[in-house]
Amino acid sequence: MIVKELIQMRRDRMTFAIMFGLPILQMLLFGFVINSDPRHLPTAVLLADNGPEARTLLSGLKNSTYFDFVRLVGTEQEGRSLLTRGEVQFVVNIPQSFSHDLLRGDKPAILLEADATDPIATSGGAGALGNIIHSAFQADFVGPLGFLAPAAESIDIRVHSLYNPEANTAYNIVPGLMGVVLTMTMVMITALAITREYERGTMENLLSMPLRASEVLVGKITPYVIVGYVQVGIILCVSRFLFKVPIHGNLLLLLLAALFFIAANLALGITFSTVARNQLQAMQMAMFVILPSILLSGFMFPFRGMPWWAQILGEILPITHFLRIARGVMLKGIGFADIGRELWPIMLFAGITLIVAVKRYRQTLD
Amino acid sequence: MVTENKLVVDVHRMTKRFGNRTVVNKIDLQVEEGEIFGFLGPNGSGKTTFIRMLCGLLRADEGNGTCLGHDVIKESEIIKEQVGYMTQKFSFYEDLSIAENLDFVGRIYGVRNRREAVQQSLERLGLKERQQQLAGSLSGGWKQRLALAACLIHQPKLLLLDEPTAGVDPKARRDFWEQIQELAGQGLTFLITTHYMDEAERCNRLAYIAYGNLLIRGAVDEVIAYTHLNSWAVSGPELQKLAHELREQPGVEQAVAFGNSLHVSGSDPRALEEAIAPYREGGYKWKQVPSGLEDAFIHLMDASKDSFPS
Ligand SMILES: Nc1ncnc2c1ncn2[C@@H]1O[C@H](COP(=O)(O)OP(=O)(O)OP(=O)(O)O)[C@@H](O)[C@H]1O
Ligand SMILES: [Mg+2]
Repeated sequence: MIVKELIQMRRDRMTFAIMFGLPILQMLLFGFVINSDPRHLPTAVLLADNGPEARTLLSGLKNSTYFDFVRLVGTEQEGRSLLTRGEVQFVVNIPQSFSHDLLRGDKPAILLEADATDPIATSGGAGALGNIIHSAFQADFVGPLGFLAPAAESIDIRVHSLYNPEANTAYNIVPGLMGVVLTMTMVMITALAITREYERGTMENLLSMPLRASEVLVGKITPYVIVGYVQVGIILCVSRFLFKVPIHGNLLLLLLAALFFIAANLALGITFSTVARNQLQAMQMAMFVILPSILLSGFMFPFRGMPWWAQILGEILPITHFLRIARGVMLKGIGFADIGRELWPIMLFAGITLIVAVKRYRQTLD
Repeated sequence: MVTENKLVVDVHRMTKRFGNRTVVNKIDLQVEEGEIFGFLGPNGSGKTTFIRMLCGLLRADEGNGTCLGHDVIKESEIIKEQVGYMTQKFSFYEDLSIAENLDFVGRIYGVRNRREAVQQSLERLGLKERQQQLAGSLSGGWKQRLALAACLIHQPKLLLLDEPTAGVDPKARRDFWEQIQELAGQGLTFLITTHYMDEAERCNRLAYIAYGNLLIRGAVDEVIAYTHLNSWAVSGPELQKLAHELREQPGVEQAVAFGNSLHVSGSDPRALEEAIAPYREGGYKWKQVPSGLEDAFIHLMDASKDSFPS
């Protein structure tokens, strides 16, 4: 019995490869991702003061590894819209009389506006800002002026957590969960779709009928769009009524984005189905996507905390973009103009995988 | 009839290789309209492979020709619409009911008045009461019948049936052949593979292939005549022992037991008579009999083994 299993395992080369390749790859991938804490978070600065101390502070921000200085903004609205679109994680607001107040010892306030949809990513913000201020002025006021160097305590750092002021992790996780659940079920179900026909021997019959590749694939996908919507409905209800996650934005917009996202996952699953030779392989391929979808999309760990290569991988995955849309619509209330940026990568992904599926679909048995 | 000689299948030099094994080797085949054409050969001889090439399920490596007037290589999509292919292994959906399977097939072919067509076919099958039963729970023979019904639903002009009666009881087999003969009378053309000799004898013409090579084709008596076999039937005591001894003799190609008698045959009449001469005595009763199709095929198979070792 054991011998038979081992022989069968060895025959199935691809399964064999996946069985050993997958754990190694996953370990490498996630070992690195998990160990890193968020850094290089994009930050905009609203600099209302032109004094030398404010300049010092700005250059301190620019040099820091925690904040990644993106640009200066002119108005509060501008800063807010960058936050809404998710282009920056923080806006540092240096008020008009900053330098003046600082020198007078008036304890000027710096406002740190944070996009707290992901509380983990922003939790370190205030502390980091304090350190930066401290070291920035330390370098500036050297020598005889050293005694003038303002301590961190002489500046009042106010953190303003936007979108999720109570740092409720459920707010962050529940919209993400929608993406993860959809990816898991949609990819997995369709990955089995065509291999199942082969394994049950019904493929021969199907191929002998006048059906085009696109008809078969669309026929396989379409029913699951409905399944996907049912799932979205359930998750939204649960998140709204059980976890009390607000839906600030337009629900229809979210549903529209979900359509493309579901389509992308189904297309991916069906592509696996045309490549895999049996159901086991199809499942393994699905796992190959599901794990990164959980770990690299910003669902488990703050997206911006990942190393650059993990971010690139993440950007390819449709779930990363859908997550941003779902969080954006539900927590920030973003509109159509803002989700477009995240929508086209999903569409592109769906389109490419569908083309691959049609190309890979075999019209004959050989 | 004018259409009598219209060729429904007309293919030349059809060849299929899997890796470097040639499974179907340069087969020419012509089937006329309204004909029941029997396609025979031992296991693994390439029958299923050949049929799959006809309906576009496998790409031929070589060869050309037409099926229902359409190019077998380039126009398989059109051919598929007019052909009913019954696979050797049951390949309908076991988790759909009988009626749902028929309906599914009807939908794909875009059958007009689909509901009626399904109902009619259920009636003809005699499965009207059991139409909600899942196909997977049918017995093997009933599955075969369902598969045939499903192949007929879009009223194809050509039916490719791959061992349609394997595992079907004698009564059902007879019904099945009656149905086929009736449909052939209406102008449908059949290409049927089978391992049953009585079925082969019901075909208008036969082709016999072994190791991918077409050995012979023609009507039943032509096939038998072609092999020039002579056969004797012998009855008497200890036939098993006799058979063993006879098989060792030169000139005896086959010695097969049929109930209480033994069929002995060989292609050289004189050598055969010499071989059996010593056994004329001792209570054995010898009688010359006409050779059967089975004798002919076994002869062909043995002969082909020498010329195409594999
Ligand atoms: N997909 C395939 N890949 C490789 N070899 C194959 C494939 N399909 C069939 N063969 C080989 O081709 C040969 C012919 O097979 P085929 O199924 O056509 O035989 P057959 O005449 O239908 O036999 P049977 O009477 O048992 O149904 C067999 O030796 C088989 O092993
Ligand atoms: Mg076969």
